[in-house]
Amino acid sequence: MMPDDEPILSARGLSLSFGAVRALDEVSVDLWPGEVLAIVGESGSGKSTLLRALAGEMRPDAGRVAYRDASGQDLDVHSMGEPALRRLARTEWGFVRQDARDGLRMGVSAGGNVGERLMAVGARHYGDIRAEAARWLERVEINPDRIDDRPGQFSGGMRQRLQIARTLVTRPRLVFMDEPTGGLDVSVQARLLDLIRGLVSDLGIAVALVTHDIAAARLLAHRLVVMRHGRVVEEGLTDRVLDDPRHPYTQLLVSSVLAA
Amino acid sequence: MTEWVLKAEGLSKGFTLHLQGGVCIPVLRDAGLVVKAGECVALSGPSGAGKSTLMRLLQGNYGADSGAILVRQADGGVADLATASPRAINALRRETIGHVSQFLRVIPRVPALEVVAAPLIARGMPREEALARAQALLRRLNLPDRLHGLPPATFSGGEQQRVNLARGFVADFPLMLLDEPTASLDAANREVVIALIAEAKARGAALVGIFHDLEVRERVADRVVEVAPLREAA
Ligand SMILES: Nc1ncnc2c1ncn2[C@@H]1O[C@H](COP(=O)(O)OP(=O)(O)OP(=O)(O)O)[C@@H](O)[C@H]1O
Ligand SMILES: Nc1ncnc2c1ncn2[C@@H]1O[C@H](COP(=O)(O)OP(=O)(O)OP(=O)(O)O)[C@@H](O)[C@H]1O
Ligand SMILES: [Mg+2]
Ligand SMILES: [Mg+2]
Repeated sequence: MMPDDEPILSARGLSLSFGAVRALDEVSVDLWPGEVLAIVGESGSGKSTLLRALAGEMRPDAGRVAYRDASGQDLDVHSMGEPALRRLARTEWGFVRQDARDGLRMGVSAGGNVGERLMAVGARHYGDIRAEAARWLERVEINPDRIDDRPGQFSGGMRQRLQIARTLVTRPRLVFMDEPTGGLDVSVQARLLDLIRGLVSDLGIAVALVTHDIAAARLLAHRLVVMRHGRVVEEGLTDRVLDDPRHPYTQLLVSSVLAA
Repeated sequence: MTEWVLKAEGLSKGFTLHLQGGVCIPVLRDAGLVVKAGECVALSGPSGAGKSTLMRLLQGNYGADSGAILVRQADGGVADLATASPRAINALRRETIGHVSQFLRVIPRVPALEVVAAPLIARGMPREEALARAQALLRRLNLPDRLHGLPPATFSGGEQQRVNLARGFVADFPLMLLDEPTASLDAANREVVIALIAEAKARGAALVGIFHDLEVRERVADRVVEVAPLREAA
């Protein structure tokens, strides 16, 4: 079988409760190489919890997450152990947080933020690291002259672009994004989405994207998962779920958006 | 070359509107359509009969309640769009099914030339070659060169539609779906579209179209298939 015919990430029967709240209720999802999967749903439906469970940051009460690594080996995300998980997060994975301050090191320069990820995968030559960091700043439309500035001196949109550069510089195979455009102006969002769209298709990375923004999901995602009360209520081809929604909740979600 | 490319049978489609108290709108019942290589079939019928719904089913944009939509791919393999997985549908759209919608869905910040070249790049054509082909087709559709590098968001309706047409015709899809392709075009560009359809037929493509312009329909369609409205609404 061709490797691309198998999912890179595969979750089965994930359940997770916080006291009486069932944040995840028997959730199963697959993600294939190079595919963008959008996870949408109302606030509190379990999207972020799902993403964290997929990335091994939160242990489910039940269920399993399998990741097929670059060498073709199947790994159980929740039993591989902290060091192995941390190595994956550093090398083959990336995570873009809603609040850039959670994904960046605020006390380190822009160039340092990008360079640090390169060093984590073994880059040692200072000049090369700096040059690559400058190239990535340019790629995310930040003037490389700002390479020595700290992220605190950047606007919200710039910070988010810096976080994307920091995440993608090592060319991960799988990236988790939780509301990457949340809290930004609409015009800034459009620019960021376009940037993500271009980079994701150029680099061919698999992305699990949590978003409130139906238009963003339509623009970026090959497939869509709709969550409600910790469950997946509908999933499928992005444009079909949005144009021919079956579940009452999906119909409500789609009808409340203007011409997505 | 008289083999069918598209064979749809027993198609039923209705909509259940949960926000309107669960009312059901049946639109198609036991609809079918066979289109051979080199043939162009026009769908006709009154407004609301379900022509666009059928077209969307053929594109995978709507899901059929029952029936089969068999599509013969360039390699001879046959896929059933009615039961295909999302990934299989994406692959069919990349390789087999071309589509010109009534209106262009603009992507922020992406220039017209890139919009048109995208289907070729997705199929693995080198970028330069894809852009050159896209440019030639945009020129043929009389879109001024100065617009090629701009995102179509600010273009006029007719300019946007020509970008949309170029995107649909730039690759040699075995099956082409055209929903009102000439609606917002002037006479000169309408002629270009008629020629593009003739060329697609000549290379062996199967085409399905909705043409409200009767003169265009007359000139491009080999057959007209009537989509009849369902009488008894639930
Ligand atoms: N660490 C936690 N402790 C207790 N409850 C939690 C915790 N994390 C999440 N929850 C609860 O689990 C449910 C799902 O939360 P989650 O953050 O996954 O929602 P979400 O879909 O991401 O929502 P939003 O769109 O608002 O970000 C919520 O009811 C939330 O209050
Ligand atoms: N996504 C949808 N949800 C609910 N109803 C729909 C949807 N799409 C189409 N319909 C309904 O299906 C019926 C057929 O519509 P369709 O657009 O296919 O007609 P048509 O033959 O293309 O008409 P026209 O010539 O006016 O374009 C209409 O009653 C329409 O309201
Ligand atoms: Mg969240
Ligand atoms: Mg119509």
